[in-house]
Formats: sequence, structure tokens, C-alpha cells
Amino acid sequence: MGSPVQQGAGPAAGQSSASNDPAAPTRRGTELLLLGFAAFVVSAALMLVEANQEQQLTLRIFWYGLAFLGLFAVAHVAVRKFAPYADPLILPCVALLNGLGLVMIYRIDLAMTEKALRAGREINNDVPKQILWTTVALALFLAVLIVVKDHRTLTKYSYTFGLVGLVLLALPAFLPSVIAPTINGAKIWLKAGPFSLQPGEFAKILLLVFFAAFLVSKRDLFMAAGRRVLGVDLPRARDLGPVVFAWAVSLGVLVFQKDLGTSLLFFGTILVMLYVATERAVWVVLGLTLFVGGAVVAYNLFTHVQQRVANWFDPLATYADAGGGYQIAQALFGLGTGGVGGTGLGAGRPELVPLANTDFIAAAIGEELGFIGLAALLLVYTVLALRGMRSALAVRDTFGKLLGGGLSFLLIMQVFVVVGGVTKLIPMTGITAPFLSYGGSSLLANYVLIALLLRISDAARRPQTGARPRPVPQAPIAEAHTVMVERPT
Amino acid sequence: MQLTRAGFLALLWLFVLAALRVVRSDLYAASGLRVAVPGFRKSTAAKMRGKAPRQLVVTHGALAGTRITLDGRPIMMGRADDSTLVLDDDYASTRHARLSLRGTDWYVEDLGSTNGTYLDRAKVTQPLRVPLGVPIRIGKTVIELRS
Repeated sequence: MGSPVQQGAGPAAGQSSASNDPAAPTRRGTELLLLGFAAFVVSAALMLVEANQEQQLTLRIFWYGLAFLGLFAVAHVAVRKFAPYADPLILPCVALLNGLGLVMIYRIDLAMTEKALRAGREINNDVPKQILWTTVALALFLAVLIVVKDHRTLTKYSYTFGLVGLVLLALPAFLPSVIAPTINGAKIWLKAGPFSLQPGEFAKILLLVFFAAFLVSKRDLFMAAGRRVLGVDLPRARDLGPVVFAWAVSLGVLVFQKDLGTSLLFFGTILVMLYVATERAVWVVLGLTLFVGGAVVAYNLFTHVQQRVANWFDPLATYADAGGGYQIAQALFGLGTGGVGGTGLGAGRPELVPLANTDFIAAAIGEELGFIGLAALLLVYTVLALRGMRSALAVRDTFGKLLGGGLSFLLIMQVFVVVGGVTKLIPMTGITAPFLSYGGSSLLANYVLIALLLRISDAARRPQTGARPRPVPQAPIAEAHTVMVERPT
Repeated sequence: MQLTRAGFLALLWLFVLAALRVVRSDLYAASGLRVAVPGFRKSTAAKMRGKAPRQLVVTHGALAGTRITLDGRPIMMGRADDSTLVLDDDYASTRHARLSLRGTDWYVEDLGSTNGTYLDRAKVTQPLRVPLGVPIRIGKTVIELRS
């Protein structure tokens, strides 16, 4: 393949093979080069949109690209200073996704403006707001990176985080609809003036931190086996607390806020963390059983769940209904129009799908970049989660492992739920595609997530300071205490 | 038009490939995990091959100094009277562990004991090859193989 970037990254890449040498490579050079590459790809995308939308091609694009690079260069410098051993791939992947998201939102803005002009209406463009959000999000990213010097300090505040997370999650459901209006059937927003926030996005991360700390401190409890049924060690009933709690919270979200996506995401992530902490598949089986039970009950009780499922089975059957399959059908038409190679950036008609710039941005990208482009973006997400998981594997403390694994899984699960919904693999649940979609809260929350992942990867890759700790003199082997170790099953 | 379309997709994939290349170059680096170097193990194994274990020596515990000549039959260890090595040790189970010959190597196997069997300091959870001179600990008793 021999891309120019790789030759440039040579010195840094070459060094890394010597893993235990005293000056372990920080690989910040690789990160900067890949950031430059991402900025180049984003500028190229913007140029194609402008050309295909018959806007004037000016030097403006060059400045936009440079400004984009500058924004991420600030983040890069901060990483260099505050997390020098952090993973070199995470930031460039985020930059690429965020940049392409901005281009796509801009492109949909153009289309919507044209449509509004024809109808003689005025509309607000979303892209300036999203650029503002990106800047704020990067500032928040820096703040988290600076404040959280060591991810283990988070365990000290775990119960506070858990409480705040719960309050944030529940807040919109209990506030009057002046502040917390119901938008698109879900009551999850807080509105103040022109800005709206989804506190649930932040609650997810806070609750995740709480759960990681909780599982680490109570880990032994979950390992204790209860009765054996059909050859499976069932956990004791009182240890079911956390699963039941997670189940109740996600059902509460489903019932009071009518938010399928967050509920699914929250429960799935907690289950995976339980599994990671205990290595016992029985938790997953139990959780899935609870989930299926909850889902069946929810289906029978709520019309909006039935609606979603009906749309999923056959979008065309409910095409003309209010809240029917129109949106998914349009998304599928879009993906079909795009085919393998796509229509080209700016040459499709992604604006035909309602909410094309938030939940359905995957459909817009699939239409204009085709299967090949969408697959590339999904791979970028995969690389992002992969690096997170890898950092979690390599980090030396249990809390870091659980938190890193949970955060990475949260990220990839969001992608699965939203892309699965758009492509009619699973019923559509309204959540945003991380970094791509328009939406301030999602962007802010995901940048916090990335900052925490970078912090964990920094801890994982940082060489241990000083000499390796000398082995503690052990008692003569005959006098050593017998240690109870659980036999792996 | 078609050219830019394909060109952009190629650019996007180039980014993915560049990222994957970094992943590859980073596979073994700075993970905090030691990677087993294949050549290393082989050389120590070859060095050990010359000498076959001939006897079992109890180095610590009530039976210290006991020697059992290895004749290829498996050695049972435990409190049971019919064991090859009868352990009078509070921490030993009735049938605690077994040493058996497979090919030219002796393997130690824990027989579901309460307090476990340790090869060096590692708990024996599956049959493990016992190198010469490496202590096996059962309760307060330590044995090793000698040539």
C-alpha cells in the first residue's frame, strides 16, 4: 500500500518494536501525521461537496481545513503534554469522524436551505452550531485530560458519580415540559433558550464510572456461586442486586422517557462489564433473559414500541402512517441508491430522509459514499474501540481495565444500535452516531469518553518509572501460606 | 466526477489502512505484557533433555529426606494408606496429587485436593510438566525431582 504517511511515520514506527527499551516511544509523531491525514481527507470531502453542489470553489476550503487541523493540533499538543504515552490512533480516528460529520451536516444544510428557499421559508443552519459544539467539546476534552491526572482517582468519587448520573438520567422525566419538552416522542431533553442538552448522554458515562468502581470493590461477591441448576452455577439471589438495578433503571428510562436507545445501551454496557469482571457467562444469559422479558412487557404496554417493531418488520407497510416506516424506508432507498460506490459527496439526495443529520446520518453517508465508504467509516469506529479495548487489556489496574472495556464497548454499541437501526437489522432506536451526528450533548459526552480512554491508554503504555520493583522477599516455600485460588472452569 | 468519487473513497481507505498499519506495528510494543520469544524456550528445553529424573526427594516437611526411585509407574501422593508417598500433613487431602510419566517427562496433576498443589509458586490446575529441581509443594511438604 505504501501510503506517504507511513514513510513519514517511519522513525516512530520503527522504534516501537523494541518494547522494553528505556525510552519507550510515545508515538506522538505518528498521531500528528495521522491527524494531518485526517484533516486532508476532511478538506477533500468539503471540496467535493462544494464542487458537486455548484458552490464557488475558493481558497476558503483551504482555510477551513487548516482551522480544523489547528483545532485538533491544540488537542494534540495537550495530549503531548498531559498524556504523552496515550494511544496514537484514538485522536486521529475521532478527528476523521468528527470532520466527516461536519462536512455531512454542512452538505445536508445546503440541501435543506435550497428546499426551504423553494418553499419560501427560512431555516436555521445546523453546521455553525455543530462547529461551536465541536470547539466546546474539545475544550471539555482538554479539561478532563488536565483534571483527571490518573484515572484511579475517579474511584474516590464513584458513589457521587453514580448519584449524579442517576439524577441526570431521571431529571428530564420529572421536570415540567417547559424545560423538558417531548421531542420526537422522547422526553430526554433539557431546553434553555436556543440550546438543548440531553443529560442522559453524560449520565451514561458517570454511571459507567460508578459501576466500574463498584464492581472492582465488590468483585468477590459476584464470584461466589449459589445453587447449581442444570450444571450451571447460578449466582446467589442477593448478588443479583446490580443486574436488577441496571435492569430497573433502563426500564425506567424506557417507561418514563420513552427512550429505547439509551435504555438498550445502558443495560448492554452494564452486562458486558459484569461479564468482564466475573468471566461468567451466566450473567450475560441472565441479563439477556431479563432484557427479553422487559422487552416483551414493554412491547405489550407501549404503543410507541409496537410502532417501532412494526416499522422494523415492514417499513413499507406502515409507510404512510404518522410515525410510520417512512423514515426507515427512505433510509433504505438512500442506501440502495448509493449502492456499492455511492453517488459521490454532494451528488445524492440525503435530505429526503427525515433527521438525516442526526440519527440517520449513516444513511446519508451510505448514500453518498456507498458501501465502500460506509464500511471504511465503520472500520474507523472499530479501530477506535479496538484501541480502547487494547488499552484496557494492557493497563495494570482492575478499575482501569473495567472502565476502559466499558467505555470502548459503549462506543461501539452506540454505533451498532444506530447503524443497525438505520439498516433495518434491529428496530430503530433514536440515538446518535458518535462524533458523526449533529448534536451537542452526544458530542460533548463522547469527547469526555475519549479523554478518559486516552488517560487509560496513557497509563497502560507508560513505562513503569524507575527500576522494576524488586520482588518482595518471599517466605521459604515450605512456610508459605496456602492461597485459595478458584479453579478455572 | 467519477474520478473524484473513486479518489475520495480510495483516500478514505488509505486512512483506514494507515491506521491498521500502526495497529500492526504496535502489536507487541509497550503493552506491559511480555511476549514469549519462541527461540528462548527451545534452548532451555534442549539443555534439560540430557538428564532424565531418576528419583523423587522430599526436601521439606515431616518426610524430609525421603527418596523414592522413579521406575516409570505413576506416583500417588496423599493421606490414603495406599499412596506411593503417604503424606501425614494437615493440609494434604486423601488423594492429593499424582506424578506420572508421559514420554520422557514427568507431569504433576492435582487430584481435586482441598488446598491445592503448587509447582514452584504456581497453582497446579492442569497436568504440568515438572522440570528437574523445581519444587512441588503439597501443604507443608515440598518434593522435587532429581537425576
